[in-house]
Amino acid sequence: MVTNVTSLGRNGVYDWLVQRVSAVVMLAWFLFVGGFIATHGDLQFIEWRALFAQIWMKVFTLAALVSLLAHAWIGMWTISTDYLTRLSLGSSATFVRLVFQLICFAILLVYFVWAVQILWSI
Amino acid sequence: MNQKRPVNLDLSTIHFPLSALTSITHRITGVILFVGIAVLLWLLDLSLSGSEGFAQASDALGSPVAKFVIWAVLSALAYHMVAGIKHLFLDFGIGESREGGPVAAKLTVLVSVVLIVLMGVWVW
Repeated sequence: MVTNVTSLGRNGVYDWLVQRVSAVVMLAWFLFVGGFIATHGDLQFIEWRALFAQIWMKVFTLAALVSLLAHAWIGMWTISTDYLTRLSLGSSATFVRLVFQLICFAILLVYFVWAVQILWSI
Repeated sequence: MNQKRPVNLDLSTIHFPLSALTSITHRITGVILFVGIAVLLWLLDLSLSGSEGFAQASDALGSPVAKFVIWAVLSALAYHMVAGIKHLFLDFGIGESREGGPVAAKLTVLVSVVLIVLMGVWVW
């Protein structure tokens, strides 16, 4: 079995499953919020804030966010290991790939902290 | 490992069938979303910050540039979801055949084009 120290689950089957489960959670969130906006023709601030003020919506949104972190990490990791290789970059490939992965991780961390701050300010 | 095995990774020499194009588009939209999620978070932040922010977010949806950016992000999201749902069907063994591949690829394009047009109608 191929293993890699930077992959989320250390093996492909685990990453594959995480990718699916996280996708379904985010799909549910986007369909729900999209449906909410679509069914509230002239959406007002009061309704919008009331939705996110409820504890279950905070949990749902947080679940979608954790899913986003895992999903985007696996996706960007896959891309980095597909294209930033010895074949395309020569001997500096490992260094470039690690830097790329660190930047991706930092961006995801910023997204997460930002989103938590949005949710808890309500 | 046999070091002399043939390798053909020069993508410009490989013919891309529709299923390959939908696959690479799925990946490209994923990268767009990695950046585009910032736009969605910004909108969420602004719209929940207060009634003024909510009005600003609504106004932002009024400027042509913002409309285009938001439509582009939503389009990438719609495509990425449709192609992702196709993957889930395949994982359950539905359409997992030689004939199923091109059909699923065509359906992916068709459904996402409809959604992208609908997103455009909603944004504008």
